[in-house]
Amino acid sequence: MAGTKQETRNSITLKGSAQLVSEFFYFGINSILYQRGVYPPDSFTYKQQYGLTLFVTTDEKVKEYLDNVLAQIKDWLEAGQVQRLVLVVTNVDTKEVLERWSFNIQHEAGFDPQSLKEGKEGNKDLKIIQKEMRDVIRQITACVTFLPLLDCVCAFDLLVYTHTDVNVPEKWGESAPCFISNSQEVRLKSFSTSVHKVDACVSYKIDD
Amino acid sequence: MSHLQFNANLSEALRMDGELTRVPAPRWQQRAQERGVHTLTINNENGLSSRSGISSPHSAKTPLSASFADKSPGRGKSPGRSRTPGRALPKLSVRGPGQKTPSRKTPTTPHNQQDRFIPNRSTTDMERSHLLLVTSMESSRVEKSSEDDELSFQQKEYQQKMSENLNDGQPPGSRILSFKSKAPQGKEGYSSNLKVLYSAGKNTAPKASSTRHIPSVPEKVLDAPELLDDYYLHLLDWSVNNHLAVALGNCVYIWNAGDASITSLLQLDESEYVCSLSWIKEGTVLGMGLSSGLTQLWDVGQQKLIRTMGQHDGRVATLSWNSYILSSGARSGQIFHHDVRIADHLVSTLNGHTQEVCGLKWSLDGRYLASGGNDNQLNIWEMRNTNPLHTLTQHQAAVKALSWSPWQNNVLASGGGTSDRTIRIWNCSNGICLKDVVTNSQVSSLLWSTNYKELMSGHGFTNNQLTIWSYPSMTKVADLSGHTGRVLELCISPDGQMVVSAAADETIRMWKCWAVDKKEKKKISKNEGHPDSILARSIR
Repeated sequence: MAGTKQETRNSITLKGSAQLVSEFFYFGINSILYQRGVYPPDSFTYKQQYGLTLFVTTDEKVKEYLDNVLAQIKDWLEAGQVQRLVLVVTNVDTKEVLERWSFNIQHEAGFDPQSLKEGKEGNKDLKIIQKEMRDVIRQITACVTFLPLLDCVCAFDLLVYTHTDVNVPEKWGESAPCFISNSQEVRLKSFSTSVHKVDACVSYKIDD
Repeated sequence: MSHLQFNANLSEALRMDGELTRVPAPRWQQRAQERGVHTLTINNENGLSSRSGISSPHSAKTPLSASFADKSPGRGKSPGRSRTPGRALPKLSVRGPGQKTPSRKTPTTPHNQQDRFIPNRSTTDMERSHLLLVTSMESSRVEKSSEDDELSFQQKEYQQKMSENLNDGQPPGSRILSFKSKAPQGKEGYSSNLKVLYSAGKNTAPKASSTRHIPSVPEKVLDAPELLDDYYLHLLDWSVNNHLAVALGNCVYIWNAGDASITSLLQLDESEYVCSLSWIKEGTVLGMGLSSGLTQLWDVGQQKLIRTMGQHDGRVATLSWNSYILSSGARSGQIFHHDVRIADHLVSTLNGHTQEVCGLKWSLDGRYLASGGNDNQLNIWEMRNTNPLHTLTQHQAAVKALSWSPWQNNVLASGGGTSDRTIRIWNCSNGICLKDVVTNSQVSSLLWSTNYKELMSGHGFTNNQLTIWSYPSMTKVADLSGHTGRVLELCISPDGQMVVSAAADETIRMWKCWAVDKKEKKKISKNEGHPDSILARSIR
């Protein structure tokens, strides 16, 4: 991972950007799972990233799931086919959707997949990109203060919004959008790798 | 007349359907021409300005860049007065026909519209109407040119909003995919640690009806600098002789509640500190647990060390007396029974806890010993048994707060730490939990009242309050707040009327919450100053 970082300094290719974005998703999703208490805190270990101490899961099954999904997302990012990644937290018993963390992915103006394939490169300092990513992750951590308590056994799922012409691998299937009825939405900060722009927002069920 | 023309134009302009077409010159134009204003060119691009020029024929000589707003007849100004262009509002100024500005197109065509009567002109905001008119026309023109659609602006907007809502703001033509083998669900029975944060401050217990007045402010506040903010320690005890012993760091002070005098009992080395204090039931002997693992006995009356007993592996966080037995609980999880009368003081060792013992209390009749540990266990021991009678694991956190009921020998109250926050009442003869109450805050100490059927608990985050519960209903009688740090320890005065609380804000507060009626008080035979008991004399 460190090797890729070195390469991507000041010239960010589509591949490099996809790598950065999927790496961000890895830490972002792990942070959400830890901060929201979807899994017990003792199933996490800490790792230094973006100048923060972040918690990543040690649960083999969760790890395997994340590796599979994120590898596929990276492929799709490289093909320019992902529009959005959504993390859905559901109540296991009632199947009710409680939280929806949405990450909108857009190509920056002038960096459409076509021109990127022809060799166009972004030129943003990696440090600035990582700072922006750090700010988003910090906000995810801070969200704990206003999000309602998940006082039940929860499960999470990742939904990927793609273009219709995407090649769907065997292990993937269509899914419902999993909206929350009666929800409140909070927009978080966004970051840009100069190729991809990612906007984050969280919507949650309002307690009545 | 001119104002009527204006209004006609306005209503005309508000009708925005249909492309602008050239129509025969309207009547007012014709009339103006008849009057001899021939110099004016009617320009569709600048319909408003030409109109403004025409609508007030006498001002035809004034520059045509006069503002539309300024000319508004609603102001009731005489039409003949000349306007300076500088007075025109910048937003609303419309240039004359000579200075064409391609950016500001205000296309209207004055139709052959009849005059309309508008009764109340003072309520019409002409400037605003004009602004709205100009901006909406511009936007509608853009709409029209980009999409040649039959739908009106509102309908289109409605459609757009609907599709955004239905597709989650996503343009149609995307699909939602998910990995088929899902991530495992969260563990059954595991509750999020955040619950502590969320539930703190909520009031769960119903309020008890009480006719008694409980003062909400402390009777007395004592400063306790360097009082260790450590949940596991017991740094306060009130003797039967009305002496309050307080451990502040490595010093122990005795505060005489009778005359409010303070005596310094001892000072340890810098590296050591006092972990626990416990007065013997009667007399002036103070048991003291140290961080080095030693247990010391001090005669406070003579201010001298009587005996040092060893040796735990870790600090001695809690002590409890049962007549001549002093039990000590240590960090190692071991509990020692010291017989203070004999040279070979260690009479038995209890190995029931895997972590630090932080709560230890002998029942009042001396039959049972309750011990709570950082391993979330509550053990009940019988007098001469090294295996626990009951091991109670219902608490989810360290059990520090323990208190035996003064009127029922086998009833014990216990309270759990931060992640548990419940008070449980046990019947110790069969190990059944009689009651449990969620307090939404760490329970650091529990006390039974001897005068009332009540129970007091000391709490930490968020309110750092003392709560008085009525027993057995376990409804809230009162909350005593004032501490700004978590409450660490509670002690009751020998007469049972006062409670003293030590907290992390380095204060000790005295609360007269269980005051007895003066009439009843007379009936109670007061415990006059105890002479040294026979037992105390036998300590070597």
